[in-house]
Amino acid sequence: MTARVGVVTFPGSLDDKDAARAVSLAGAEPVPLWHDDADLKGVDAVVLPGGFSYGDYLRCGAIARFAPLMSELVPAARSGALPVLGICNGFQILCESHLLPGALTRNSSLRFVNRDQVLRMENTRTAWTNDYEEGQEILVVLKSGEGSYVADEATLDRLESQGRVIARYVGANPNGSRRDIAGVTNEHGNVVGLMPHPEHAVEALTGPSTEGLGFFTSILSHLAAGAPAHA
Amino acid sequence: MARVVVDVMLKPEILDPQGQAIAGACSRLGFEGIEQVRQGKRFEVEVEGEVDEAKLADVRRLAETLLANTVIEDFEVRPA
Repeated sequence: MTARVGVVTFPGSLDDKDAARAVSLAGAEPVPLWHDDADLKGVDAVVLPGGFSYGDYLRCGAIARFAPLMSELVPAARSGALPVLGICNGFQILCESHLLPGALTRNSSLRFVNRDQVLRMENTRTAWTNDYEEGQEILVVLKSGEGSYVADEATLDRLESQGRVIARYVGANPNGSRRDIAGVTNEHGNVVGLMPHPEHAVEALTGPSTEGLGFFTSILSHLAAGAPAHA
Repeated sequence: MARVVVDVMLKPEILDPQGQAIAGACSRLGFEGIEQVRQGKRFEVEVEGEVDEAKLADVRRLAETLLANTVIEDFEVRPA
């Protein structure tokens, strides 16, 4: 049976169509989910896409966190049962929901960064990264104004010691993220947040590479392996 | 109706590039002796009736739930 991967649309989501397309290209069925509908429609996994949900009012992701759909998503994700990938604004929503530690703050340059970006994959055991190899460098797209990952030193040390940094920026740090962190995972490895956009690097026609597709094929491999989610 | 003010500030250890940019502008504009600027947010919350301890406690809960992200921000609640 084809895996069904939900893609949530919030008011102000931008990249939900691209995320759904990436899901299709990976071989899964994308299922549109609506922020105001507390129904996960029985999907096997969920992508929280990039954009500017609720206009980024208050803080990025702060209001989206309380959307009716999130009341279903958060407990399922927290338990380790439901794989969730948050990209850019989705990563911000995951941090605001306390599904991931830390927060995303204004780029240290104060400028919106929009460029092709090399990442080094570090934890390739998660639901969303298992098709990569540890240390593999991939080229994706970075486009964010509030992409600087921050957490207190104790939290950063814990993330490092538990191998929960999934990807780091290679080369000059683009936004002031602590320890060059581009993405992190939770203790179960089912929830992954990533600031850059793998869904914009899935086709030669429109992306700088096709190396972002691995996030979307990884979830298929994870689900096909019987989703040992409650690790 | 009464007003409760919630001030939200980035924690001291969190870099505030906006505050730094403002501090830079201060010196360019000739405002001398300004060593640091940190930028925060002020919320004015109108509540029904009088502001008592229970109302303040409600607003405090609102602040920690929604108005502030306590991972990176501190807040203060006071009657206006």
